[in-house]
Amino acid sequence: MTEPTLDLSRPIGDEVRKTTCYMCACRCGIDVHMKGGKVAYIEGNRDHPINKGVLCAKGSAGIMQHNAPARLRAPLKRTGPRGSGQYEEISWDEALGLATAWLKPLRETAPEKLAFFTGRDQSQSFTSLWAQGFGTPNYAAHGGFCSVNMAAAGIYTMGGAFWEFGQPDWDHTKLFLLFGVAEDHDSNPIKIGISKLKGRGARIVGINPIRTGYNAVADDWFGVTPGNDGLLILSLIHCLMTAGQIDVDYLARFTNASVLVNQDPKSPDYGLFIRDDELRPQVIDSRTGKLAPWNGEGVEPQLTGTWRNAGFTHRSVFHLMADRYTDTIHAPENVAERVGIPASRIRQLAADMADIAFNKPVVLDQPWTDFRGKRHEKMIGRPVSVHAMRGISAHSNGFQTCRALHTLQIILGAVETPGGMRFKPPYPKPATAHPKPHCKVVPGQPLNGPHLGYPQGPDDLCLTDAGDPARIDKAFTWENPLSAHGLMHMVISNAHAGDPYKIDTLFMYMANMSWNSSMNTCGVIDMLTDTDKDGEYVIPRIIYSDAYSSEMVFYADLILPDTTYLERHDCISLLDRPICEADAMADAIRWPVVEPDRDVRAFQSVLCDLGARLNLPGFVNDDGSAKYADYADYITHHIRRPGIGPLAGWRVGDTGLQDGRGLPNDNQLNEYIANGGFWSSHIPAEAAYYKPFNRAYQDWAVTMGLYDSPQPYIFQLYVEPLRRFQLAAEGPGHRQPPDRLRGQIKITMDPLPIWYPPFEDAHVDPAEYNVHALTQRPMAMYHSWGDQNAWLRQIHGHNPLYVPTKIWAKHGFKDGDWARVTSAHGSITVPVALQESLNENTVWTWNAIGKRKGAWALDHDAPEATRGFLLNHLIHELLPPKGDGLRWANSDPVTGQAAWFDLRVKIEKSGVPNESQPVLPPLASPVPKAPSQLRWKITP
Amino acid sequence: MTTLPPPSAVKLGLVIDLDTCVGCHACVVACKGWNTQSDLGAPLSDQDPFGAAPTGTFLNRVHSYEVTPEKGPTQQVHFPKSCLHCEDAPCVTVCPTGASYKRAADGIVLVNEDACIGCGLCAWACPYGAREMDAAAGVMKKCTLCVDRIYNEALPEVDRTPACVRTCPAGARHFGDLGDPDSAVSQLVAERGGFDLMPELGMKPVNKYLPPRPRDVDQIDVLAPLLAPVGSDGKGLIAWLDRTLSKLPGARD
Amino acid sequence: MHPAPSVIAFTTFSGLGFGLLFWLGLGQPAPTGWVAFAFFALAYTMAVGGLLASTFHLGHPERAHLALTQWRTSWLSREGIAAIATLLLGGLFALLRMWSQSGPALGWLVSLGCLATVFTTAMIYTQMRTVPRWRHWTTPALFLTLSLAGGALLANRSTAALVLLALAAVLQLVAWITGDKQFAQSGTTLATATGLGEIGRVRAFMPPHTGSNYLLKEFAYAVGRRHALQLRVIGLILAFGVPIPLLAAGLTHMTALIAVLAHIAGVLCLRWLFFAQAEHVMGLYYGKR
Repeated sequence: MTEPTLDLSRPIGDEVRKTTCYMCACRCGIDVHMKGGKVAYIEGNRDHPINKGVLCAKGSAGIMQHNAPARLRAPLKRTGPRGSGQYEEISWDEALGLATAWLKPLRETAPEKLAFFTGRDQSQSFTSLWAQGFGTPNYAAHGGFCSVNMAAAGIYTMGGAFWEFGQPDWDHTKLFLLFGVAEDHDSNPIKIGISKLKGRGARIVGINPIRTGYNAVADDWFGVTPGNDGLLILSLIHCLMTAGQIDVDYLARFTNASVLVNQDPKSPDYGLFIRDDELRPQVIDSRTGKLAPWNGEGVEPQLTGTWRNAGFTHRSVFHLMADRYTDTIHAPENVAERVGIPASRIRQLAADMADIAFNKPVVLDQPWTDFRGKRHEKMIGRPVSVHAMRGISAHSNGFQTCRALHTLQIILGAVETPGGMRFKPPYPKPATAHPKPHCKVVPGQPLNGPHLGYPQGPDDLCLTDAGDPARIDKAFTWENPLSAHGLMHMVISNAHAGDPYKIDTLFMYMANMSWNSSMNTCGVIDMLTDTDKDGEYVIPRIIYSDAYSSEMVFYADLILPDTTYLERHDCISLLDRPICEADAMADAIRWPVVEPDRDVRAFQSVLCDLGARLNLPGFVNDDGSAKYADYADYITHHIRRPGIGPLAGWRVGDTGLQDGRGLPNDNQLNEYIANGGFWSSHIPAEAAYYKPFNRAYQDWAVTMGLYDSPQPYIFQLYVEPLRRFQLAAEGPGHRQPPDRLRGQIKITMDPLPIWYPPFEDAHVDPAEYNVHALTQRPMAMYHSWGDQNAWLRQIHGHNPLYVPTKIWAKHGFKDGDWARVTSAHGSITVPVALQESLNENTVWTWNAIGKRKGAWALDHDAPEATRGFLLNHLIHELLPPKGDGLRWANSDPVTGQAAWFDLRVKIEKSGVPNESQPVLPPLASPVPKAPSQLRWKITP
Repeated sequence: MTTLPPPSAVKLGLVIDLDTCVGCHACVVACKGWNTQSDLGAPLSDQDPFGAAPTGTFLNRVHSYEVTPEKGPTQQVHFPKSCLHCEDAPCVTVCPTGASYKRAADGIVLVNEDACIGCGLCAWACPYGAREMDAAAGVMKKCTLCVDRIYNEALPEVDRTPACVRTCPAGARHFGDLGDPDSAVSQLVAERGGFDLMPELGMKPVNKYLPPRPRDVDQIDVLAPLLAPVGSDGKGLIAWLDRTLSKLPGARD
Repeated sequence: MHPAPSVIAFTTFSGLGFGLLFWLGLGQPAPTGWVAFAFFALAYTMAVGGLLASTFHLGHPERAHLALTQWRTSWLSREGIAAIATLLLGGLFALLRMWSQSGPALGWLVSLGCLATVFTTAMIYTQMRTVPRWRHWTTPALFLTLSLAGGALLANRSTAALVLLALAAVLQLVAWITGDKQFAQSGTTLATATGLGEIGRVRAFMPPHTGSNYLLKEFAYAVGRRHALQLRVIGLILAFGVPIPLLAAGLTHMTALIAVLAHIAGVLCLRWLFFAQAEHVMGLYYGKR
């Protein structure tokens, strides 16, 4: 017998359609291979700036997501009680008529009675426009329980943070520090970056209680005890500052370390900057020894300046930093035990950073000119880079911890310099260039401005004239003044409690609030189904849009079925979370590579329709007709600012098509499709680094429409807006916090980074609840989106609780054992597994693998429902009472970020139950039963 | 044709870098997707895909191991595994029908599904767990090294590489000719000390694994002087700065 | 290894069938007419039935004829050829016997074919470098001895059966004693399987998939230690402990039936253990032994 002859040159399909992935929020480009009009195979787009051809497990499993049996098929109207799963399919006309009938009276009388919150939304600039047009102040997306600490700390400190905002300089960095990264986030760029570092022999340091994923390939692992990252970082700052291992020139020129601060406790401006008549903060110009504005032409700021002015002493920010961080309370020996890392290893890390930053700089032969007009002949970089995510963010000390991390980067001169961290357009963008929050409600009128923003002081809080919270989620109040992303996790409990007021309609998109997207899952389910004395639901109406039969679908009154990501238009816009890389400005689209085979519509197109029916400004023409036929129409024709629309590519200019600014182009989407679904424009070499301070970058950004005028700024090591809140808490000022919050604000709104213990430590007994409990998300599964996917659920079909050796041995656990895990709030009984590469006081599990029976078109005995579990049952949105008569939020006091990772538990061995506990009753699925076998081959 | 051909000069295979693999399963699913759509054989099926015990055919799976050195914390290693295209491939010689064969030209081990009776003996003979019987098709499936990609003239040249290699975001998978000592993959194996799995069994696998580089190496002694304090407190630091700045070449006046 | 009923039935019954045919080929006994028919029918029912049972686990039994093509390398192919050749020759020999014709040369050839068939069957397992327990001289020795002993019992060759059963019992004990150490002695461990042993102690942490798969179902069958011991005792008693004293006491029709049935049940039990206790090195990757 001879070898069979194989036909090895068959084409994959008959056509390739290039669009953008949406299996997570990473926004990779994909090549969708079509066969006979059907999706046959998906692989990465080699030309795409984000993923450069590679694709993760989720992306490659897109075909199973697109065809999942859990897809909703038509609009649904609830016919039984909430939670019963009893629905009837209705027409879109009826569905939209119903929604209009519910919402129109609200807009005319009390727009705030609509709470519109979107979850994993990639169209926030659009959904917020809709909400603004409606006139409700109650709009946000999911950032409040995701990573707002990171975003807000980054933007207030340095005008950008990680992921969409910034990235390590993968091509030059020599030491890369990775703090608590969720492995499903920024998934492919980080992996590509790690690959580059490995290829160049650069060092990777993982700082994470759990050594999996990226931490597994790290050269050094620091298994920090959760909630103590800030303490570790301040100790590194201590080591570097006391040794003088700091970039003095960078600090003087490009940070407010040289800005003078009023140091007289008797002054009404105590702790604030000296400003000139134009309100510009002042430095000492070392050329003259006199005061000068920070941005004055040719000014040489003096780092160690002091100044007496009108009888008040002023010292530079650097003085304050020197005093604080050289204090031996930050010495490694004094923090080692709490941090869970020996002092010698902390010193080793600090010494490594100093060595790489100052003995092994990256010098690029590229002249550039700073905003003061000074020409620099070279770009000198400190090749120490950092990336961090929810791990350090989702704590009640997360904001200050993130601030501390940025401070560490900045004292090394490692932000926006070669080898350090680099911003991606539209960043850098300082907090002052962002809007402030708006909340002024006038019935029948749009809101007075964007909902979300960056307050500069107490005057910018969203309070009513009576001083009460204006927003249902109490964002931008004294409890959490800088809640830049809103507090989605508080919406349902506040609406249920009628605190600060009752609402009528809860309108949500892609947010699984009755399951993994809420703390206190069972409590939230009770709130959604609770009725008042008249038998009416306490939250009277719930409208929900999702593509899949998620747990939240079962608690809505009206369901607007969304399309899959291959059936829709989207723009991954510069107004939102674009696909830019540090060297390029870029945006992208999704487009329907296949048409839906169900009676479903893209949610954004539905909002265009609903906006027109409700007569919302921006959604109707002057004659009252609908302004946008659908979302594609909006993407093409919406104008945000003169010359600026959702997409920056192929706009119409005076002489033809142009980038950045321009008039709408009817053919714009086709241009994107022809170019592979994205557009990008490279940043000139002279503008590539030092972007906040670099004239060439600032001018380029104006040309491209990122700014309307140059916006140079210096990094805010000392964040004056924090001090304004702190000052109010000390007494001065016309807007005053309630007395119960004064103490908290004084401590936590410190304008220089601090560390304080996670709040839960003071509310529960750390000796009894002696174990930290965390969740991580696997790289092959995104949030709850994945268990309806036949391929991915084989990889992660259930989730054990991983237990470190010490606890494993203490309880005598064996393979196959189960444990009862109890927090101050609740208890779960779950399977355990041993992990030796784990902080000795920490347990963890994969997030959102556990599923409710009946959801996601899975069988009731699916392992997700029988062995899978959620840690959410153990976490409450409020901390346990501590006897002061108050209930304190389980969140960061600066931003309101949900403090998921403060969780403390105790563990005991349990018997082996039939199923993970608690078991919730099954839901009646609104979609047909799934098939019992798959053989997914497209044969045309 | 179950008699092994004489060793080929070209030995196509994979080199997998255990230092770099982050365990993301991208290769696993890309492989599943490619070999499900492939016309070379039956699609990789899934049984009970939405039920209590979902199982399916996968030709590449990623294991995770913990390794505890004598000194230092426990390490974790992600470990992708697929057919190693052994030179002495017992999965080929045990096959009673000739369905299992090793290509004379490039050494790729394949299954001719039209001749496979689904007896499973080849999977028994494989120590690596590289072959899986497809429950729907009743034939043995295995890694084809994407033979329908690497020679596929309908694909752009840059894409003529196995799906797992093309998709790997961490660059932990390399494809090439391990029979050519000058090839990039052979050089990589030589530089990094690439090794065989279960060498004692003598299957002579073509695929090689690159070991993780040393982790958690202590080096404080060398760098400790960098952290020598310049002042005992904030004032000391400021004083040091004022002294230092004025001494620096080109110091500002 | 997964103890598939089809493979247990195949090896047990084809072993017995060819064992009986072996004795018939030697003319021990040498029945004629309908008695011959009955003996040969019994041998063929078991041998062919066993072979047919083995096709139950095939994905594509309709292609089974292809399995005869690869005799140069494949023990399974050789076994198929040996079995078919032996059965064809045996059929001819049976016809001769039914018509009371003798054909001693043909008979010996049939007996030789039976030995070859059982030997090739055993070699299918013995050849596996992946299953250290099987890769031992005791595997073919035991297969052959059990086949001949069972055949002798069916052929009513009491002395031969007595000797062979005793020999098989000893071989079985030797196979267990050596087999229990084979895996450890093979030198294949998780450390060599992963190549990570030089760094430190290797432990399987997360499996590739949370669910099961073909490999785990086929190769990672685990029998409890106590359970296995019980089954070994039961197997020994049934296969040898019951028939040997009955044989020694002299068989009656009734005790012969008991001896045969007990022996068959015992061999089924031992065969189940042969598979269930065989550890495939692949299991190491999943942290199994």
